[in-house]
Amino acid sequence: MFKSKHFEYYRTASVLLIALLLTFIIISFVSGQPLHTIYIFLYEPISSLSHFGNVVEMAIPLTFTGLALALLFKMNMFNLGAEGTFYFAGLMASFIAIRISMNGALHPLVCIMFGGIVGAAISAIPGWLKAKWDVNELVTSLMFNSILYGVGQYLLNYKLRDSAAYQTASFKFESTAVLSKLIPGTRIHTGLIIVIVCVILAHLFMYKTRWGYELRMTGANREFAEYSGIKTGRVIIYVHLLAGLIAGIGGSVEVLGMYSRFQWNALPGYGMDGALVAMIAKNSPIGVVGAALFLAYIRVGADMMSRYSDVPSEMISIIQAIILLLVSADQFLKFWKNRMLLKEAQKHA
Amino acid sequence: MHDFFAVILTTDFAYSVLRVTTPILFAALGALISNRAGIVNIGLEGIMLTSALMGVLISAYTGSAWVGLLGAALGGVLMAGMLAFFTLQFKTHLILGGIAINAFAAGGTIFVLYMLTGDKGTSSSLSSKVLPSIDIPLIKDIPVLGPIISGHHVLTYMSIIAAIVVYYMLKRTPLGLQIRAVGENIHAAESVGIKVKKVQYIALLLSGLFASLGGAYMSMGYLSLFTRNMTAGRGWIALAAESMGRSTAVGTTVTSFLFGFAQALSNALQLLKIPAELISTVPYVATVLGLVFYSISVSRKANKLMNKPK
Amino acid sequence: MAEALLDMRNITKVYPNGVVANQDVNFSLAEGEIHAVAGENGAGKSTLMKMMFGMEEPSRGDIYLRGSKIRLNSPQDAIRMGIGMVHQHFMLVPSFTVAENMVLGMEPRKGIAINYSEAVRLTKEYATKYNLHVDPTEKVENLSVGMKQKVEILKALVRGANILILDEPTAVLTPQETDELFDQLKLLKEKGHTIVFISHKLKEVKAICDRITIMRSGRTEGVFDMQQVSEQEITRLMVGRDVVLKYEKEANSIGKPVLRVKDFTVCSKEGKRVLNHIQLSISEGEIVGVAGVEGNGQSQLVDAVVGKLKGESGSVEVGNVPIGGMDIESVRGLGVSYIPEDRMRQGTAKEASILDNIISTRFKGKEWSKLGFFKRSKMLELTEEYIKKFQIKTSGPNQEIGMLSGGNMQKVVVAREGSTEPKFLIAEQPTRGVDVGAAQLIHHNLLELRSKGCAILLISADLNEILELSDKLLVMYEGEFVACFDHPSEISEQELGLYMLGINRQEQGDIRRGMHV
Repeated sequence: MFKSKHFEYYRTASVLLIALLLTFIIISFVSGQPLHTIYIFLYEPISSLSHFGNVVEMAIPLTFTGLALALLFKMNMFNLGAEGTFYFAGLMASFIAIRISMNGALHPLVCIMFGGIVGAAISAIPGWLKAKWDVNELVTSLMFNSILYGVGQYLLNYKLRDSAAYQTASFKFESTAVLSKLIPGTRIHTGLIIVIVCVILAHLFMYKTRWGYELRMTGANREFAEYSGIKTGRVIIYVHLLAGLIAGIGGSVEVLGMYSRFQWNALPGYGMDGALVAMIAKNSPIGVVGAALFLAYIRVGADMMSRYSDVPSEMISIIQAIILLLVSADQFLKFWKNRMLLKEAQKHA
Repeated sequence: MHDFFAVILTTDFAYSVLRVTTPILFAALGALISNRAGIVNIGLEGIMLTSALMGVLISAYTGSAWVGLLGAALGGVLMAGMLAFFTLQFKTHLILGGIAINAFAAGGTIFVLYMLTGDKGTSSSLSSKVLPSIDIPLIKDIPVLGPIISGHHVLTYMSIIAAIVVYYMLKRTPLGLQIRAVGENIHAAESVGIKVKKVQYIALLLSGLFASLGGAYMSMGYLSLFTRNMTAGRGWIALAAESMGRSTAVGTTVTSFLFGFAQALSNALQLLKIPAELISTVPYVATVLGLVFYSISVSRKANKLMNKPK
Repeated sequence: MAEALLDMRNITKVYPNGVVANQDVNFSLAEGEIHAVAGENGAGKSTLMKMMFGMEEPSRGDIYLRGSKIRLNSPQDAIRMGIGMVHQHFMLVPSFTVAENMVLGMEPRKGIAINYSEAVRLTKEYATKYNLHVDPTEKVENLSVGMKQKVEILKALVRGANILILDEPTAVLTPQETDELFDQLKLLKEKGHTIVFISHKLKEVKAICDRITIMRSGRTEGVFDMQQVSEQEITRLMVGRDVVLKYEKEANSIGKPVLRVKDFTVCSKEGKRVLNHIQLSISEGEIVGVAGVEGNGQSQLVDAVVGKLKGESGSVEVGNVPIGGMDIESVRGLGVSYIPEDRMRQGTAKEASILDNIISTRFKGKEWSKLGFFKRSKMLELTEEYIKKFQIKTSGPNQEIGMLSGGNMQKVVVAREGSTEPKFLIAEQPTRGVDVGAAQLIHHNLLELRSKGCAILLISADLNEILELSDKLLVMYEGEFVACFDHPSEISEQELGLYMLGINRQEQGDIRRGMHV
């Protein structure tokens, strides 16, 4: 029996189903062989270990940015700076990975920590501006993305560029800095462990600690939080620091886990996708894992589809937009909830 | 330093300020209209991008730049309509709805471009049309002023006219009055029988229309083709311009020119020996600074009011 | 009497959340009269008026206009039928001029533009006709409250209102403005308009109205010709007790003063003194009640004693510490607790669990966490203890508080605020909108705190509550204390009503002596 208290799950599931359905509809319009294309889209990501490995590899950065945004969204802050933070922290980690030699085990850790700290520092700026003067965090964070991209490209071209490389890319990372592979036959790297640790810590932070509590109350009702004696301005700043730290670690892990040089010549897009991940997960850190896997799955499916069929992978962003529009739609399927409530009330009466 | 002034103290530079302000001004006017109705249109960026592509496609297939412009406008209005439908009907979160529209446009434009041309980067394989530039008789012969004001793209002149139209519309027409009433005191509007939702729909659609003209300008004037993500944050800069312009038509126009100046500066400075990557951040840095100064002045004022007992 | 102009018969209104705001209410309006609707807050006056103006639809019952049945689905319908309303909170757009506000939604046109000079002319025409003089080109935000009200009345008239509903029109006016309003209303009556006048200020009702309908607890208590009913009679009908709650209060030794308010004055934006040289002292183990018609300075008093409001003069001290301008955490650190009037806005976070709502004021304490991690089982225990003690109907400590009924939600707020061993508790409308059972529980809790030595400031519109619980009762009227009673339970409501409505007042010296300040 459907229960109204699980309504949010039903709604999210319905949205995802509708999105998949829509995917099929679009495919049947644009593809010469719709059934075959759908087959590729759905089956290829799980057809082999290496393909499934692709899903997990992609889920790792999505989980990082999804976590960062879940923390911010939970606080009712719409900061999309994870995009720039992720990119820039990756570059900073590359600096250490290229310029400094270190003992094997320590090297990636130092790179990642450095990337994380830089990420936290960058992310704190829009947070501080918001807490102090109520500067619109959405606009500043987006401007920061463009600024960080410009500065990053400058650093890449003038400080790190290897002219011998076949494209615009940095020098090779020191071999000690690169994250080792975890599962043979895939490119899944030790970043998986780091991300799992981050998910668990974020979950504990959000639901088990007093700081996480302050975050949740500030998001649920800022006036109530203030009335209770919580200094919400301070909460906003430390949550921004934390979100930046996570996004920064994510960028560093991605760079060191998947590449041997820094070679992003555009913002990688994980920050924006993280917003979708956080929304599907309803801002729960554990839920982020599932949402990231789902998104990675359809992403890899779309990639395979563009490789083996006539439909380009960008189709997926249309689907993502639909999910985003519906998942946050308060009134969508509300009638269903009302009917559940009515039935339950009748049963009790 | 000498070089710097040599760059900006030229008629070319002044001309280019007008040129780069056009899309920002259009989008900022769009932001203004919806904001005055109490709805922040976060989807401006996506609307512009959609229109930029639509203009190129329609003009390429019909062979007419003007029909292309119409197509661009239609595309933008449709996107705004989608946003309006979800936020007003389904009560989708305003900000997330806008973000979704932007994501939709970012990927959707590439998807459509690829489906039609097989290219994911630019529309260079399409022979799309460009709207004409106009020399203004008499004025074009005036020294200094002539080269600055005359010879611009038709949409550049239209953006100036649009600013005046929006000013007049908000200030003098029944629709403008109702839009402002809805944005300022929704209950007051309701209590005299204004259909609030309808007014908000109209405002958002108009907002989409203006943003779409900015988008069309990008691909049918500023450049003569569509490239992926060619709006490059102009929709966001427009939002900042609108709030710094204190939600008035005059203020918004002035701040749009300010940001246009920053953009023109960043284009012009590329002639100097400063790395292009850094210079490209100038408009964004200017936007952040502008927004911060604006917010400080607002919060100062608010604090003053707080100290006064209510 | 001739056929009624407007007749509302057997009206019942049940809101979706189950609150019965009106029950079998009958209201009949005769052409050309000024008809008062009087009753306490929550008596159902506003709901009745909203139905008359089409903002709400009755759940049961019919409305007749000149004998024929009508349906009002929206304010537009009401306006079309000649019913206009002047809301208590003005429905004006501040940045618009008077003329713009006048024509909003029905703008005269000249081409595509608004015919502004026509709007000005129209405003002037009506202003002259009804002797309501306003400057059509002035912006509304620059007008005084009295002027804004005139604009509101003109707005209704220009839309063809024949019946004019005025919702507590004098609540925001100075006495002079009130006199002026009354002259204007009399003029309107002469011109054939019918006026519904909602108020609980009896003097005013007496001064201007022809008839009065009295409401209490969602029902009509009677309709009278004004000449045939005394103020005392009206007061009795308005504030009579419904459910008589009686409490055995143990005698309590009163300790040291905890709260001290000295000579506190605050002015409103319009320059009206909303708190006028307030003196107040509350001691350990003492409940001081503040009665009064809403809007006479009670909410400013609360803001002052929680440190939110800085006065133009005077000071507020809790346990000898001045709290003006202190942050909330520090004020709470002094042992101050606060049950706010609005549990949805301030008192709870409705998407959070009951547990989360219980711990919000104490979670920083060392005993609740170890190395920053919450001691969750201890919190669960605590929450369960309160659920049991306050008989909160819920599926468990983790249920979203927003799913609870108003009464149960309020119990959570009281449980939280009352259980941190407060030295000073502010209880603002602690039982508003809750059922009798919950109210009783909350009252017992307040008495328990009192016997533990907590100083309590009780602000309530519920006279039964305030008379039963208070050790000392103050009556507030227009920002001042106008009476002080040492044995509240012995006062009759009628007597109290006379003070609340500003008909009687005690000598200032007596009040101060009564408060020992």
